[in-house]
Amino acid sequence: MNAIYILWLRQLKRFVRKKASIVGALGQPIIFLLAIGFGFSPIYAKAGGGNYIQFLAPGIIVMTVLFTSIFTGLEIIWDKQFGFLKETFVAPISRLEILLGKTLGGATVAMIQGTFVFLITLIAGFRPDLASLPLALLFLFLVAVLSSALGAAIAARLDDMQGFPLIFNFMVQPLFFLSGAIFPIKDLPPALSFITKINPFSYGVDGLRYAFNGANVFNPVLSISVLCGFTAVILAAGVYQFSKVQL
Amino acid sequence: MIEARNLTKKFGDFIAVDNIYIKVNKGEVFAFLGPNGAGKSTTIKMLTTLLTPTSGDIFLNNHNVIENPHETRRSFGIVFQDPSLDNELTAEENMQFHAVLYGLKKDVYQKRIVELLNLVELYDRKDSYVKNFSGGMKRRLEIARGLLHHPKVLFLDEPTIGLDPQTRNHIWTYINNLNKKENVTIFFTTHHMEEVERIAQRVAIIDHGKILITGTIGEIIQKADTKNLEDAFISLTGSKIREETGNVGLNQMRISNKLMR
Repeated sequence: MNAIYILWLRQLKRFVRKKASIVGALGQPIIFLLAIGFGFSPIYAKAGGGNYIQFLAPGIIVMTVLFTSIFTGLEIIWDKQFGFLKETFVAPISRLEILLGKTLGGATVAMIQGTFVFLITLIAGFRPDLASLPLALLFLFLVAVLSSALGAAIAARLDDMQGFPLIFNFMVQPLFFLSGAIFPIKDLPPALSFITKINPFSYGVDGLRYAFNGANVFNPVLSISVLCGFTAVILAAGVYQFSKVQL
Repeated sequence: MIEARNLTKKFGDFIAVDNIYIKVNKGEVFAFLGPNGAGKSTTIKMLTTLLTPTSGDIFLNNHNVIENPHETRRSFGIVFQDPSLDNELTAEENMQFHAVLYGLKKDVYQKRIVELLNLVELYDRKDSYVKNFSGGMKRRLEIARGLLHHPKVLFLDEPTIGLDPQTRNHIWTYINNLNKKENVTIFFTTHHMEEVERIAQRVAIIDHGKILITGTIGEIIQKADTKNLEDAFISLTGSKIREETGNVGLNQMRISNKLMR
């Protein structure tokens, strides 16, 4: 337990000390809100969809949490390269504790970053139903843990950042763009509809939208189950990967 | 204290460590020598649970290292060949992190951290970030950290690499005192033979994964029929210069890590 706490604390300290990257990470969501949000607003309204910012904001918040979490998980590659992972691996703690500490640390950091972006969406005109804020936080937390665990599990397999563009362009980006974060997932072409349905982050976006606006496609209980289920599988895979790591 | 029998490690077809036997007694200072790529680091990694041997048995402080890595890990401290500190944390935070990982109680480790930071003369820098430390300061901090949980054995993998003679002198004085006062068993590697002559009680020389000779410095010089340990080392391992496979990605990583901060 203490080991998980100190790993979590380390992650948080590192995050707080990198002020430039906290501000830097706000750039992308702001661009998405401005360019896509305000850019598509008129068309979306004409098509009868209503207020696009209202629709897009939860998607942008999930994007922030997803990206921040995965990158924090991937930081394990740095720990490997700079030797710090050895220090953790020779300590009398289990690989599961290391993975959980890392995952929860990454998730917390991502939640903080997500909160900043939430505040920005409020400035941009997002008007959520704040009564279900606790439910919204639950969904965000599930998304954060899932992506952080995913990042950590991938990092266990990689020895350097060479594979980074591959992961970013062929996994992280598709997970975001094909999650219904920027377009409604109803009435999509069959292939696209199928992909969005097997993407766990669709359920995260949809759940968050449910909590904030009440406009959802999936049953929220289903969404929570899917997120929890995926997280359990990824964590199990992560522990297995970690047990294989030889330094 | 340490005993490795028939220890072998293969990476594919390459045999990094070939059926070696090592025995280190309690309280002994043991030097493990060999040219680059001889199998020193691989052996240390196996002794410290980081690598699983292909075959063989290892016992450390009466624990079976392969079957019981968890129990073993409490018994030793290690200073790795490459730095393993978190640069974004302060010296004290690095120590605290280690203490909590090893399950030490707060009142115990707070006192111990002050003691050890004083020992390695870093107490006045305890709140500085490690990224601002020189190579020698990092080494001293790593030694202090390795001792935090009262290990029975301290592994030092080339602890004085890249350090000036003053710092090297300092570090070996600490280690020698530690061995004398706290009876910590020391297992170290180095390329500086004068360091070995100064502190080691017994020596093993490994090359191409095989142990060539084990014994006291006197015995080794006698068997090799040379004037000193350096000549004995060269006459045993040959004078050919060894290539070690480098880590290609590392420099690139260091640059991008700086950029992404």
